[in-house]
Amino acid sequence: MQLSERHQEYWRKNLRLTAVLLAIWFVVTFIVIYFARELNEIVIFGFPFAFYMGAQGSLIIYVLIIWFYAHRMNQLDKEFGVHEGDEE
Amino acid sequence: MSTQSQFFSQLKKYYTFYTGGFIAFVIVLAILEQMGLPPNWIGYVFLAATIMLYAGIGIMSKTADVSEYYVAGRRVPALFNGMATGADWMSAASFIGMAGTLYLSGFDGLAFIMGWTGGYVLVALFLAPYLRKFGQFTIPDFLGSRYGGNLPRTIGVVAAIICSFTYVVAQIYGVGIITARLTGLEFQIGVFVGLAGILVCSFLGGMRAVTWTQVAQYIILIIAYMIPVVWLSVSHTGNPIPQIAYGQVLKEVTAQEKEMNDPTTTRGAAEASVRAIFKERQLAAEDKIKALEAAIAAGSADTIVGEARAALDAELVTLKAAAEPDTQKIEAKEKEIAELTGPDVLMAKLKKAADGAKKSAGPVAAHATPFSGKGAEKKLLTTNPNATAAEIAAAKAEDEEASNVKRRNFIALVLCLMVGTASLPHILMRYYTTPSVREARKSVFWSLFFIFLLYFTAPALAVLVKNVVYADLVGSSFAALPAWVANWAAVDPTLMKIADLNKDGLVQLAEITIGGDLIVLATPEIAGLPYVISGMVAAGGLAAALSTADGLLLTIANALSHDVYYKMIDPKASTVRRLAISKGLLLVVALLAAYTASLKPGDILFLVGAAFSLAASAFFPALVLGVFWKRANYLGAVVGMLAGLAVCMYYMYTTYDFFGGVAANEWFAIKPIAAGVFGMPAGFLGVIIGSLISRAPSTEIQQLVDHVRYPNLESDIKAQTT
Repeated sequence: MQLSERHQEYWRKNLRLTAVLLAIWFVVTFIVIYFARELNEIVIFGFPFAFYMGAQGSLIIYVLIIWFYAHRMNQLDKEFGVHEGDEE
Repeated sequence: MSTQSQFFSQLKKYYTFYTGGFIAFVIVLAILEQMGLPPNWIGYVFLAATIMLYAGIGIMSKTADVSEYYVAGRRVPALFNGMATGADWMSAASFIGMAGTLYLSGFDGLAFIMGWTGGYVLVALFLAPYLRKFGQFTIPDFLGSRYGGNLPRTIGVVAAIICSFTYVVAQIYGVGIITARLTGLEFQIGVFVGLAGILVCSFLGGMRAVTWTQVAQYIILIIAYMIPVVWLSVSHTGNPIPQIAYGQVLKEVTAQEKEMNDPTTTRGAAEASVRAIFKERQLAAEDKIKALEAAIAAGSADTIVGEARAALDAELVTLKAAAEPDTQKIEAKEKEIAELTGPDVLMAKLKKAADGAKKSAGPVAAHATPFSGKGAEKKLLTTNPNATAAEIAAAKAEDEEASNVKRRNFIALVLCLMVGTASLPHILMRYYTTPSVREARKSVFWSLFFIFLLYFTAPALAVLVKNVVYADLVGSSFAALPAWVANWAAVDPTLMKIADLNKDGLVQLAEITIGGDLIVLATPEIAGLPYVISGMVAAGGLAAALSTADGLLLTIANALSHDVYYKMIDPKASTVRRLAISKGLLLVVALLAAYTASLKPGDILFLVGAAFSLAASAFFPALVLGVFWKRANYLGAVVGMLAGLAVCMYYMYTTYDFFGGVAANEWFAIKPIAAGVFGMPAGFLGVIIGSLISRAPSTEIQQLVDHVRYPNLESDIKAQTT
């Protein structure tokens, strides 16, 4: 079938959301590792910062990224009328 | 209420009841232990009870329906699919090995923690919802439909089998080790007992049985992991939340590291005296290496080998003449003599001795410090206090270079593990089993949440145990070692070795050698818990290994039966025949894997790591571009997957010593385990170039891409009703 303008907007929004979340993922993973030696000088909750991120902080952010993506996309599905039937 | 939500509340009831039952079972065993049940009986009861339980779930879920067999009927709710994925994902290496790796390598070990969790972000954003919408049975299915033709599917099958098989061998190996430890059976027997546990479940009910068993296994493994750590945290810090408590403990550990590295303190001086002994050993071994090298060049190496053998023979005689001969030691020595066949063996032995001594002669590595350098500057300043500025600068540059190489490898490894996570077929397959795209998205969240529970505990456990070793064990008297130390040193010297080298009667850190697996296995004893908890931890490790093995075996058998047999050889095969073939193959693959594991192949950990790099190089580019780039086509997929695999394998082949490679061939000093960092770009380039030089895919395929991108399109309604 031919995709409507609405359909294309849905996909664009999806791509934008994906890009933003991926950028956050990139920063809390690779930027943090790259500057780990410097970041470790900062202390957070009693931990050196880079160690804290690698052992806990980044993991928590990963969980939140996925939660937010699921939440937002399920909302978008409804907004654009591309959600699935019956199930709540 | 819909049938699906009824099903969900029923499941919740079952598994709550089950969790209560498991806890009651442990309590009963604990009471029996107090009444005098011997430890190996506790081991037997745990082994038998858990395997019977998994078998029971397997039998209850037996099925002859194709959709039930391959994708559990596509009605696994997000929460339960998350638990099943967690168990599927966390292997024996995560459960037993992870905390040990962190204990031994500190910050640098965090690559595994980040890599094996962050990969789920990629699963969530790029794959899970789209694969669910596609809604077939296997990962090669997607490649086959998206790119057309049998070749992409075939490459997918081959890659899936290579990755999954190496991985399943490692799991079955783990099952053998744990069964042997739990019951005292021999390793080879343990492998086959464990195999029975795997087969009863996957053989009868396929994905449906595996799913519900994995949920049960997740519950056991997470309880088994958490209880000892929480207890250790309470008894040593007074805080029941180890993940919070260990910030303070880490500070204490860091302070003690400094003290032990400072020879002006009492502890530091004692450590230095032990290190001096290792330094001597290192130099002695290096002298011997030089002598042997010279002798090999002169053609007279046999004399040196003969001398070494004579020395071993003499040691054997002393062992045999002891008042109470130790049969274990005598056997080990006899084996050592038999294996000493020529100068190569002797050279390898000497090099190992020199490396080991060199490591123990070095300072204590700081746990929280990332990418520590070689210590060249420090060494220069101690050996030559009058070093010139130029010499100091050169040493500094050397340190920085070493540190940068470590950082580069950390980044490469994290990337490979993450992308590999998002490419391993046995994980991706799980997202075919949810009822909808919506549930698939939520399910990735639950998956990572359940995995996260264990992964953010492991670094805490490593630090807590390290503190026990530094504060309680180091400095204690050899006459009164803590019970757990003496026990483990007697049971398994590869996990715990301790000897008073400098004869001061006190324990120094450099006198202790700890194997990584000790950390999780010994935690119950360190925390002062009864043996029943040790049994529970072993049962948890077993659950982790069995659940992963189940998922992997099913992936391999399905790739062969569904993709090769049904899709390529006989598309008209009846349901009964397809399932019979699948089950037959499952049995064959399982036996083959068990046989391989029983040979105890070396380098298992490397093979597991390699599976991630291979999966990342072969699958990720073709899968992701298949959804996000409509222009990607048949030729692109074929070229991309082959290029990714080829580059990755070539790199491993030329750099890893197991295949006869040498480190000198490394590019940018990247270790072979992270070969995927070169394979992935090759894969992406291959897909892009291959696609651009050939025709755009057909309209039907472009429509398939649209179909996959939208959870519900009007044109889908027709497809749904059929």
